Amino acid sequence: MTSVNPDLKLNHTPGHVKHDGHNMTGFVIFLCSESVIFLAFFAGYAVLKLTAPQWLPDGVEGLEVRMPLINSVVLVSSSFVAYFAERYLHKGNLWGFRAVWLLTMAMGSYFVFGQYLEWSELSFSLSSGVFGGLFYLLTGFHGLHVITGIGLMGLMLARSFVPGNYDKGEMGVAAVSLFWHFVDVIWILLFLLIYVWQ
Amino acid sequence: MTSTNYDPRILKAPHPVPGAPDNWKRFFSFNTDAKVIGIQYIATSLFFLLVGGLLAMIVRGELITPPADLVDPTVYNGLYTMHGTVMLFLFLFPILNGFNNLLIPTMIGAPDMAFPKLNAAAFWLVPVFATVLMGSFFAPGGPASSGWWSYPPMSLQNPLGHFINGEFLWILAVALSGISSIMGAINFVTTIIRMRAPGMGFFKMPVYVWTAWAAQTIQLVGLPALTGGAVMLLFDLSFGTSFFRPEGGGDPVLFQHFFWFYSHPAVYVLVLPVFGIFSELFPVYARKPLFGYRFVALASFGITFLSLIVWAHHMFYTGTPNWMRHVFMFTTMLIAVPTGVKVFAWLGTLWRGNLRLNTPMLFCLGGLFNFIFAGITGVMLATVPIDIHVGNTYFVVAHFHYVIFNTIAFGVFAGIYHWFPKFTGRMYYEGLGKVHFGLTFIGATLNWLPLHWAGLLGMPRRVASYDPEFAIWNVIASIGAFMLGVASIPFILNMVSSWARGPQAPPNPWRAIGLEWLLPSPPPAENFEDDIPTVISEPYGYGLGHPLVEDEEFYVRRSQEA
Ligand code: HEM
Ligand SMILES: [Cu+2]
Repeated sequence: MTSVNPDLKLNHTPGHVKHDGHNMTGFVIFLCSESVIFLAFFAGYAVLKLTAPQWLPDGVEGLEVRMPLINSVVLVSSSFVAYFAERYLHKGNLWGFRAVWLLTMAMGSYFVFGQYLEWSELSFSLSSGVFGGLFYLLTGFHGLHVITGIGLMGLMLARSFVPGNYDKGEMGVAAVSLFWHFVDVIWILLFLLIYVWQ
Repeated sequence: MTSTNYDPRILKAPHPVPGAPDNWKRFFSFNTDAKVIGIQYIATSLFFLLVGGLLAMIVRGELITPPADLVDPTVYNGLYTMHGTVMLFLFLFPILNGFNNLLIPTMIGAPDMAFPKLNAAAFWLVPVFATVLMGSFFAPGGPASSGWWSYPPMSLQNPLGHFINGEFLWILAVALSGISSIMGAINFVTTIIRMRAPGMGFFKMPVYVWTAWAAQTIQLVGLPALTGGAVMLLFDLSFGTSFFRPEGGGDPVLFQHFFWFYSHPAVYVLVLPVFGIFSELFPVYARKPLFGYRFVALASFGITFLSLIVWAHHMFYTGTPNWMRHVFMFTTMLIAVPTGVKVFAWLGTLWRGNLRLNTPMLFCLGGLFNFIFAGITGVMLATVPIDIHVGNTYFVVAHFHYVIFNTIAFGVFAGIYHWFPKFTGRMYYEGLGKVHFGLTFIGATLNWLPLHWAGLLGMPRRVASYDPEFAIWNVIASIGAFMLGVASIPFILNMVSSWARGPQAPPNPWRAIGLEWLLPSPPPAENFEDDIPTVISEPYGYGLGHPLVEDEEFYVRRSQEA
């Protein structure tokens, strides 16, 4: 009678199905979808850059690259740091996880601070033509993501102090660190688009 | 052809309603039960169908005579803008999400959606953005009035200079609706991927689930692009940027790309589930297996893919370069292939079937008939030389109403009647249903068929007054529109009185095959509870004599309850 195809993905347990296991699937779908917003902005940037009659605002020669480059290096390396934090957690070394996770957060915060410095020194604004708008829109939208990421990491850090919370797995941490990698990859593309392709 | 109703003997059977609280108040609460949420969505959107319909009747009232005499032309712009927006964002998208909520978990044998709280939150965003959108009517300077496309530079005018204006609220509402839809899409896709009953491989899923999956994939890919465009439009309107303002180096046509990259596929978000409804209903009411099940299922994703690469066919006459026109003409025509596969399969299913002409079936047949017509005008419009001539005329209006109302809304009505007994536990009144269908079919035909001629003769769209030579077509169209208004009366009567006092529905009044029909009517809170069936065969085994689920005893027991 039992003729279930063993290759089929089953929802094995009859009866009450737990909802928790779906979070990662849902989160990955969310990230895929979110990346389209960035892609739309990037496509818009490219189209406007190629066709706009006037690109840079009056009196602006180009962007300073050195500071943003340092910023980028910090942000991108923080992705690797986050990975090691996850490894610690996996091995059950909670304090190692907390320390390295905090380091990731610090690196993210440094990036936000660096961007704040950069913004405050720029000579053009949101309403300085199409370039001004795009610059602030793209970096601002990405910056919001970085801040969100730091917030989520803080949440995961706090949750690590709940006794036994991470004994059965570290789904939340895995998701947040995925989000962090995502934010970093977006930044690399953004950096190439805005700073390298001047 | 027989027109039998459900088997009257069935009604005498005992009617267990385990676990279904008879408490109407739960429909007004933050409830996490997908079935409650489904009904919340459907009821809300039917209300907005009435609102949108009322707006449409004022529009048609204006157009019954050539001069702009009923309302002022600016008011007219606001009316048709809001009509289109309400119908799309407050009627069609929400109502199909209602169907998704009712049908996806029950059809795949899941107790609920993957994220019940997210689900409820997505629903409760609907009244929020409905309020924002309706607020547009009361904004200084009147409601948004640059059409449901909101093209700049029209949409960026804001002559009164207020920060809060009709257009601002419109963009906000569209963005909120996008967020709600994305929340929904994540939930539906996760549910379909993760929560199918044992044995239900992808090729054992009902076609409705396939089409919903394909449609929600479009939401996930397309909506973020529209949201990006909407954010940029909002910044241009309110924060002094110039993404779409030529004065500052921006490009208004870029907005059209963002808009249509989503809004073209969006029509397939709407029509795909309706294809699903057709595919569910034709086999039941023709008592035959769905012809070419696997092809129909797969064609859904063919449509999804193609729909994402045809958007510029809405821009043939807005400065699109020639090479691009050719590419988009070609890709648009390709869509006819997977669509044709489906139409062919439905006709094959009906062929020599033993048709039962209940109200759901009538709406399906009417919808299919109209859809074939609309597909033909669609291919005509996809042809660049034709489109350049009729692109801005009533021919386009006629085409898309043939799909959006005469196909999609028909399918929605079919679905409402078909699953009404399952989810309310009551039968509807067949007589009233047939009156509703008759009025709707005649009204819809009178309304939009003549507009094809008006368009071919050159009547421009989007304007409040027109040349008297088009008057005759418009009089007929307006009569049809008012008839559609009248058609809502038997429908509302039927829904309200059936739900209140209709005969109790058996679990399976249509003798349909599908997991949802194994549940009691209405289903208990956690659908299958401890009794999730193991699926062993493809759906639609009508007349083949094999049960859908492995546990034959389970199947027989449930069917005997019927
Ligand atoms: C399947 C369901 C369909 C729906 C819901 C639908 C809906 C629409 C809508 C709403 C518009 C008008 C947009 C506007 O300007 O406001 C439109 C226009 C158009 N449709 Fe369809 N359509 C469908 C099928 C098709 C098919 C199958 C084709 C071609 C094979 C097609 C080709 C076109 C073209 C080329 C236009 C642009 C006309 C113009 O603005 O000049 N459509 N459709
Ligand atoms: Cu289109």
